[in-house]
Parts: sequence; structure tokens; C-alpha cells
Amino acid sequence: MEKTIFRHSCPGNTGVALPELDVPETSIPGKYSRKAPIGLPQVTENQVLRHFVRLSTKNFNIEKGVYPLGSCTMKYNPRMNEYLARTENLAAVHPLSPDETVQGSLEIMHRLGGFLCEITGFDSATLQPAAGAQGEFTGLMLIKKWQQERGQGHRNEVLMPDSSHGTNPATSTLAGLKVVSVKSDEHGRVDVEDLRKKAGEKTCAFMLTNPNTLGIFEGSIREITSIVHDAGGLNYMDGANMNAMMGIARPGDMGFDVCHLNLHKTFSTPHGGGGPGAGPVCCRDFLAPFLPASGVRKTPEGYQLLDKSGKSMGRLLAFHGNVGVLYRAYAYIRLLGREGIEEVSQVALINANYLKARLKPYYEVPNDDGPCMHEFVASGAAMAKKGVKTLDIAKRLLDYGFHAPTIYFPLIVKEALMIEPTETESLESLDEFVDAMIAIAEESEEKPHLVTDAPVNTPVLRLDEVKAVKDLALVEELEG
Amino acid sequence: MSIFVPSRKEQRERMLEVIGVERFQDLLTPIPEDVRLRKDLDLPPPVSELELRKEFREFAKRNTAADLICFRGAGAYDHFIPAAIDNILTRSEFFTAYTPYQAEVSQGTLQAIYEYQTMIARLTGCDAANACMYDGSSAAAEAALMAIRVTGKKRILSAGSLNPRTIDVMHTYLDNSDFSINEVPFLENGLLDLSAAGKLAEGGAAALVIQYPSYFGLIEDLEAAAELIHGQGGLLVVVADPVALGSLEAPGHAGADIVVGEGQPMGVPMSYGGPYVGFMATSMDHIRQMPGRIVGRTEDRAGNTGYVLTLQTREQHIKRAKATSNICSNQALMALANAVYLSLTGEVGFAEVSRQCWHKSHYLFHRLIEIDGVEPVFDAPFFREFVVKLPVPAEDAEKALLKEGFLSGLPIPGLGSGAMLLTATEKRTRGEMDLFVDALSSFIKGVK
Repeated sequence: MEKTIFRHSCPGNTGVALPELDVPETSIPGKYSRKAPIGLPQVTENQVLRHFVRLSTKNFNIEKGVYPLGSCTMKYNPRMNEYLARTENLAAVHPLSPDETVQGSLEIMHRLGGFLCEITGFDSATLQPAAGAQGEFTGLMLIKKWQQERGQGHRNEVLMPDSSHGTNPATSTLAGLKVVSVKSDEHGRVDVEDLRKKAGEKTCAFMLTNPNTLGIFEGSIREITSIVHDAGGLNYMDGANMNAMMGIARPGDMGFDVCHLNLHKTFSTPHGGGGPGAGPVCCRDFLAPFLPASGVRKTPEGYQLLDKSGKSMGRLLAFHGNVGVLYRAYAYIRLLGREGIEEVSQVALINANYLKARLKPYYEVPNDDGPCMHEFVASGAAMAKKGVKTLDIAKRLLDYGFHAPTIYFPLIVKEALMIEPTETESLESLDEFVDAMIAIAEESEEKPHLVTDAPVNTPVLRLDEVKAVKDLALVEELEG
Repeated sequence: MSIFVPSRKEQRERMLEVIGVERFQDLLTPIPEDVRLRKDLDLPPPVSELELRKEFREFAKRNTAADLICFRGAGAYDHFIPAAIDNILTRSEFFTAYTPYQAEVSQGTLQAIYEYQTMIARLTGCDAANACMYDGSSAAAEAALMAIRVTGKKRILSAGSLNPRTIDVMHTYLDNSDFSINEVPFLENGLLDLSAAGKLAEGGAAALVIQYPSYFGLIEDLEAAAELIHGQGGLLVVVADPVALGSLEAPGHAGADIVVGEGQPMGVPMSYGGPYVGFMATSMDHIRQMPGRIVGRTEDRAGNTGYVLTLQTREQHIKRAKATSNICSNQALMALANAVYLSLTGEVGFAEVSRQCWHKSHYLFHRLIEIDGVEPVFDAPFFREFVVKLPVPAEDAEKALLKEGFLSGLPIPGLGSGAMLLTATEKRTRGEMDLFVDALSSFIKGVK
């Protein structure tokens, strides 16, 4: 256990020395001034560095090993992107700078929007959404505004399969719409008949991840999107799984009307321990008038930042989005170019199918009726007879030096292990991961306690989440 | 051939053999022919790092804003950022890690967030904080939704002196449901009109949302606002500037129920608007209605202290349509930047940053109103930011000052054609401020 930074305090210490104040002082009225100390640490710069570097060593990370989190696309984050995004004139500009003084930033944003439209097969893009969930919100709002404009404001239902990401229903609620769940068929795909039954005059939109959250391509996609269109709704694609599709197929060609992309997944920007990401939204022309503020237009005089106007859905954030993340995604697409971008999805598919083939003798793979896309869902259900749960398998993987896959999602697969290797893993590292998974399958059979007691090679042993909720301790108590 | 894809033709063929197919195309059989892309993507050819650096240098050259001396705030501030922050942020262990769902191998992120929550709670004077929101404006919108959940009331009162961008975002988030937002006017002195707020609050409201200091830099009377809205069964939501809290009383100690704000001033570059980070703090009474991730302290099987994501039953991956918010990915790395910034500056340094902002902005204000024809717009106490009225159109002054190398304050047409909102942080020197004042003064004389 590492002491908290507060426990290193020594009264009077600081890690930042400012220049002496060079203007006369004006008294701060006592009525408003802070009565008691804040309680911030009092430490020197070197103490701060040691503390946070020591903390950092307790983290798994993408440069340390395989990070097969399904649906999260934990690929390598190119170092040069960090270098480029930190170019001083890009990082140090005020968001309300006049357009003529930020032509560099605006050109990057404009070109990136064009790249993303080409990759998805759409006409217009907004780069403002800060993350996938905000992209989903944007997409649903575009559809809702469009429905209202054509006198169909009564349409208040969003259809989505029962395998959808949790953000899909949560976003529908935020958009003031009602969730209607569509069943999955026995292969884990949308049950087309159930969709047909549920699509109707109350349908505002249909949300689908394709490939879906089981890593399976929705083969009936044209039929699905037609059913929704015929019912008067529009189709939204959750682009979380776009890493499978680049150069292979495009949502714009499948009958979708709008989609978001996760730049922190498909386009290699770092996840930062939870963010920042970016969730740009691409759409068809007829939805473009409703896009949020902060679009960029190319004019003969230069690039121009657009504010919200007319029919726009408004503003999602105070400013123009996670611009620093956009720089990184732009750099990534430039570095890879067309061939490189297409290669990404090809190798992502090969790597995932390879893992599936190697693991299948040891782990059940439900819904396996052909090649998967960039990920697949295995199940730990067979280990249950020895008292081993999927959670235990995940924890045991940590002991072997791997991150765990996404577990217990999608909800329609029992004891789900959702595995996504990405294209940046070598055959060698994939084999090492397979070896560990096989070893755990054998341990589950022969020495299950090794698995249920895991992890033991980590900075802490298994943590008590129930206690964390029962005895809530969310902040450090003030010392003394 | 990508430099980030290690497997070559030979390995790929071996893998295809194990999969049991002959060629890559066989993996595409689940994708119907009619939706396959029948052309090459129209993207530019690849470039090398060397070439891309040149390209970025060209972009950077055309971002002349970075060379301007900045007197503009209005939601983003040019504060000093210690080099050590980036040093920690660029450690792979922090920046390439995912959300800390596997707590046993994420103790670094989790403990850092726990320390961040503690710092934000102490700074705002609240019991607890989350980690974190997208930015200050979306945090304000989420706080309004949270107040609606807590009180069961559907009406929000928002101060007319909120940053207009924050009001916009609140509308984007709230207008979709049967919630309403009533704007409370401000008085001639710029402060919130509490008696108007009192009238609007009659019949009950979920929250009164005020900014502290206001968009105009003015220090509002939080205690009076709290008393007023509490009397109507609503919550006081304060959108606070964190740097101000280094000098001013913490909103949580003055009756605020939810305190949110923009974390950018605490060690995050202006970066043309993002990534920033919104903070949110509240009392333990309301913690279960809070959106976003929260870290809690617990123990491992051997009784060692450790940290985990907690109260997850509020969140979208468990509660789906009934979650407190749809937020999933947040701005965690920026929250870490805040934690490192608050550690580096600490009790002593942070108070000094705040104190210097106070004195420098007051120096700038006094120098500006010495110019013939320049007048204060409001007469209430301010922190770091203030509005003056120029005897010339503010847009004209902005353009003229731009040519002299200054990013002037922001014209505020709503307060008159000469109104300009200016700021001076601890980074502005007396020399820079004097040059700015001289430049503005000669422009005004020239126009006259």
C-alpha cells in the first residue's frame, strides 16, 4: 500500500515557485475570503514525482502487455502522436481565438472530418462530442430533430437489441426517448421478425452496433435498416466496433443514417485511464442542418469555425470538443494512409479469428457459426462445475501478466468473456495469451483454488467491492 | 505496411491455416456482397513520422494565436502549467490504461483518482466528488439533472450571469424531457437579482444554478442564494472557478448542495477548447444520485488497503435506461492533471496563484479605467475577470489589439457595443499589462 500524497505533507513545502508579485496589492474583502486552509498537500516537486511514479507502477498498460478488452479496442497508442499533439502552438491556443489565428487547428479538424466521412460512407461530420456516449446522444438528437421537423415528433421509441452497450439505453433516456428492446436470435444476431413486430409508427430510431457486441456481422443488415426506414425511423450505428470494418464495409452503405466513432478505440488515441476520448458523429446530408456547434467550413478566405445556428441541436460542451484528441487521430490516419488503415481491420480480423480457433477446444464459444469479426465472445460457463466463475478466470489472467477480457458483457451470454486482440498484437504475444488461457482452463479443472484465489501476483489481492459500497470511503479524512 | 502491425505475410498465412481458411477474403463471408466496399478508401497515402512532423510544423505556424499575449478568459484561462505534470501524464502506465475495471492491476489510477476526489471535495467544501465529467458546462447540465432526480421537481432556475455557453449546454441536455429552465436576471451591479429569483422560485424548483464568480467575474452572495432556494425545497448548484476557491470561501461551506466547475485552469493546456475536465462535488446525502465514476477505499483479502470503482449501480453499464447518466468514457487523464497540479502547487502555491490572479486582474482593471472614456460596467467585487465599457466598439478594439500581438478581452455585445470581458492570470506581467493598456489607449485616442 502506498501512502496518499497528503501523508507526505510538511507544512510550508510547495512544488511550484511563482515570480514575485510585480503589481501593488489590493485587499481581498474579508467577507468573501476563505476562512480555513483548503487541505491540499504540502510537498516539493521531487516528492510529487516519486509519489505518482510509484503509483503508476501499480497500473497495467498497453505497453506492458496484451490488453484484450472486448469492445474497447486497446491497440497501441503511437508515441509520435503524443509528440505531435504537444506542438506548442497547437496546445497553447485559447478556444475563443479569432479564426484567422487558428488556421492550423481548423485545417486539421476539417481534414479529419473528411477522412472520417470517407471511412464511414457519410457526408457530414461533427467533432464536438467528447466521448462515444455523447456521440450517441448527438446522433439520437439529430434523428429526433429531423422527426420533429417533418411533423413526426410523436415518435418516441428507440429500438435496440438486447445485446446493446449500456450507453445506448442510457442515452435514449437522456434524449427523452423510450427504449424498446429487440430480441437476439439463437445466433446472437438481431431477431428480424421481432424487429418487424416492434418497428412502427412510434419508432424514432433504431440503434445497432455492427459488427454487434458478440463480434458477429449482422448479415441481414440491409433488411434490418429497410424495416426501420419503412416504419419511418432512422438507423443509428454505434461505431464502437469500427476497427473491424475499415476499408471492408461502411455504415453509410448498409442503410445507416448516422454513426459515431470512438477515436480512442479505432483511431489509436490513448484511453488515459478512462478518458479523454472523442466521439465524432458522421451523418447523411439531410441530418447535417441539425449538427451541434463547432463545425469547420472551408472558404476562399480560409477555414471558418461555425457556431450553432438555425436548426442546430445546440452545444454539447462549452467549446469545440476534445481537440487534442482530434490532433492525434488525424496524425494516425496520415501515418497509416489508405493501405495502412485497411490493413488495420484485416489484421484485427485475422488475430481475433486466430484466437477463437485456438481457444475453442478449451472454452465454449456460443453463437459460433462462422468467422467472427474483430472480437468474439467465449464463455466460462463450463468451469462452473468446479466453482470457477468468469470473474476468477479474469483475475487469474492478471497473475499471468495479461489484462483480462471484458467480462459479463454482452448480457445475453452466460459468463461472457469478450476478447478483442486488435491488430497491434504479434503472433508471438497472441500465442502467449492462448497459453495462459489454456493453463487457466487446466487449473480450473485440476486446481480450481488457484483460479478462485487469484490474483496473487498483483500489487493487491482481490479487492472487496461489497465493503467499498457498505463502508463508503470516498475521500481521505483530514489529518490531525 | 504499418509500423504498428507486427505480423507479416508469413505469420498471417500461418494464422489463416490455423483458422482453417485459405485466404483472408474467406473471413469476410458473413458480410453480404452487397454491403462490401467495392473501391479503395479515398485517403491520402501514408507519410513517415519525419514528414508528418513537418506537416504539423506548418499547421503550428498558422496557429498564430499561440504567440498572442492573452487577456481572454470566458471559460478557458491561460495559467502557468508546471513541466512536471506532462512528465507524469505521459507515463504509459497512466495514459495508455483503460478505465480501471480490473482494480488489482489499476491501483495507480484508482489511488490517484481517490486523491483527486479528496482534493476536489476539500477545495469545494463538499463531502465527496466524482471523477469526472467532460467539462464544466456539461457538468453543470448533469448537476441540473441530478437536482431534478434528488428533488423530484422539474424546473431549474439558472442565473442570467452564467457563461452563455453553459446555459446552451444545459438546454441541450434538459430540453429533451419535460424539464424547464427559467433564467433569473441580474441587477444593475451585475449580481444576481435575488428578489426576482425568489419570485421565480415560488411553487418550487429543483435548483438554482449560479456561477461563482459569475461570467462577469463578480462574487455572488452564496449564503443568501442558498437560503432562498432551500426555502423552496430546491438545491443550490454552484458552477465554481477552482482558482477563485484558493482565495474565496468554498461554496460547500456557504450552503451549496452541488458544486461543479471547469478543471482546465488546474494544469490543463487551453488546447483550442479541449480536452478539459469537469469536476462535481456534493454531500453524502445525494451521492447515490451523482453521475459518473466514483472511487472508494476498501481492503483486499489480506486486509491491505486498496481502491475500487464503487457505487456502480448508478451507472449505464448496470442500470442501462435507468442510469444516473449515459457517461462512460470521461476525462480521467485531465483529472489526473488536476491532481498533480494541486499536489505541485499545494496549499501554499495554489493560494499564491489565486492571490496573484486577484492582484493582477485588479491592477489591470485600475489601469484600464484610467484611460479616458473607459468605464467599469459593474461595481461589485470581482475575481480575475471583469467587464469594462470602451468608448469604441469592442470588436474594433479587438482587431486593433490583435495586430499589436494581444488577444484582447472578449467583446460582450449583450452589455453594449463597447463591453469587453477581460482577465489577467498570474502569468501576465506588469510589463505586458502596461503595454496592453498603452496599445488600447492609443487605439481609442486614434479613433477619437
